[in-house]
Amino acid sequence: MASELIRMTAAELAALVASGDVSAVDVARAHLDRIEAVDERVHAFLHVASESALRAARAVDDQRAAGQPLGVLAGVPLALKDVFTTTDMPTTCGSRILEGWRPPYDATVTKRLRRAGIVILGKTNMDEFAMGSSTENSAFGPSRNPWDLRRVPGGSSGGSAAAVAAFEAPLAVGTDTGGSIRQPGAVCGIVGVKPSYGGSSRYGVVAFASSLDTPGPLARTVLDAALLHEAMSGHDPCDSTSVDAPVPPVVAAARQADVGGLRIGVVTELGGEGYSPGVSARFTEAVELLESLGAKISEVSCPHFSYALPAYYLIAPSECSSNLARFDAMRYGLRVGDDGTRSAEEVMSLTRAAGFGAEVKRRIMLGTYALSSGYYDAYYGKAQQVRTLITRDFDAAFEQVDVLVSPATPTTAFPIGERADDPMAMYLADLCTIPSDLAGNAAISVPCGLAPEDGLPVGLQVMAPVLADDRMYRVAAAVEAALGQRRGHPLLDEANGLGEANGSGEANGPGEAGPSEARPGEEGRR
Amino acid sequence: MSITREEVAHLARLSRLALSEAELDRFAGQLDVIIAAVARVQEVAADGIPPTTHAVPVTNVFREDVIVPPLGADVVLDQAPAAERGRFRVPRILAED
Repeated sequence: MASELIRMTAAELAALVASGDVSAVDVARAHLDRIEAVDERVHAFLHVASESALRAARAVDDQRAAGQPLGVLAGVPLALKDVFTTTDMPTTCGSRILEGWRPPYDATVTKRLRRAGIVILGKTNMDEFAMGSSTENSAFGPSRNPWDLRRVPGGSSGGSAAAVAAFEAPLAVGTDTGGSIRQPGAVCGIVGVKPSYGGSSRYGVVAFASSLDTPGPLARTVLDAALLHEAMSGHDPCDSTSVDAPVPPVVAAARQADVGGLRIGVVTELGGEGYSPGVSARFTEAVELLESLGAKISEVSCPHFSYALPAYYLIAPSECSSNLARFDAMRYGLRVGDDGTRSAEEVMSLTRAAGFGAEVKRRIMLGTYALSSGYYDAYYGKAQQVRTLITRDFDAAFEQVDVLVSPATPTTAFPIGERADDPMAMYLADLCTIPSDLAGNAAISVPCGLAPEDGLPVGLQVMAPVLADDRMYRVAAAVEAALGQRRGHPLLDEANGLGEANGSGEANGPGEAGPSEARPGEEGRR
Repeated sequence: MSITREEVAHLARLSRLALSEAELDRFAGQLDVIIAAVARVQEVAADGIPPTTHAVPVTNVFREDVIVPPLGADVVLDQAPAAERGRFRVPRILAED
């Protein structure tokens, strides 16, 4: 039973818990056991909170026994990115400077998850302060891709994506600043969503780039992502940029899963040179599939999208250089060199040099450069103008079509270490996702198959106008349903990084070890 | 060459980062490449295009002026690197001379 539970969707688990067929405690225990069994190899988690998870699960069971109404996802386990503050778990942001920090308050998202009866299993690994595309910038070592443990799970929410793809949790929460939910979602073969900016609260999210940071869901199915989207989103008076409007009807849209008559635009600039053949092939097939399902396909040019990457790498570092000034070694976090002889400023500089990793230092200095007098107009100012041009491209495109599509990433998951010393190569991983961050519109990545050359997952990105998040769920759910029907089993059944692929997916029951590379020592105990 | 090692050392001082000589060497080369790449924004951003600071237009938001209890000093100081008599203890902030 335990091995079946971990393969279920969040919707299925919630129904089982609500009906009383399975207790929330059993569901939590199955996932904690799974973490125990595989996380040494996946390294999705920085902190596993077994006791508080079981306590939260027990509370759901008690509530049910008392006949009280349960939240839609009550009793469903979740992996939380270590950038959200939690009073009962450390919050490190993957950084030495916050190692062991226990925040005195819960993020709004954390609070809403708890109130919904969602069981937080622990905190997931991430690139330090969400800066990166591979989790290699975590001070605590990289997470690994469940499709191939030698490869990155993407980033910065790579721990969250790996946890979901490795069946350690059916749901996870991440944050997207330049693609940090969609890119790891795509390369791990799961669904990743960046809601419209302001649709989800930033209160209690340790800030990287405040005009871009957007919390959002990761899940194995589009419906699960929608259910979590609805549970965690909505207006928050504690976040001044939170949008005071109802959450778009994303769950209904995911259930609708229909693209009949929908106008879908293929973005000319997000394809071609620099995209791996497998990514291009799967993307083209997905577009043909959408056409066969009744969508009207056209090509749409967004000429300024090719300037999104340079604009982003001025705007995000500028905001980060300001936001990370708070790490001053005085009130919380690391303090180095306080020997009674050094000044506060010396201690501050020593602490920041010891506590921040290379990528964070690079971005702080880049942002300091872009904002300094003499360079401000030529760099930060120009980048803000490009941001306007990109928003105008989206506005013009959405006059012609209802949604836009592109590959979610130019390539599949790359090997650990391949881009670690080449910042510009690393930055290219977010080529397709950055435009929607700059314009603040909604975007989703949904799996659209495996690249033939390496057998790794490819993501289809669907972009919708600001606060029309429901539209992209319709498209993603339609693609998911049609591909699922064609394949006959969930895509993740083919993931074999942990040596447990399900072969045909039908011959083997869920959770059973695959025939060839089964490791009884790992899976047999379950 | 878009940025010199000397300029990077200056940026590190402004950023309160006590970098090693080896770090300065490495970052100078990398920042030079990155700055050259991001300078592409200058190709298209003509005069007269308004800047966008936020994805969604935002205006100042006021809340009701309701008194809520603040975090207790004990809770806050619990996470301080050093505390003394109910206060943060910090290194000296003025020079010796």
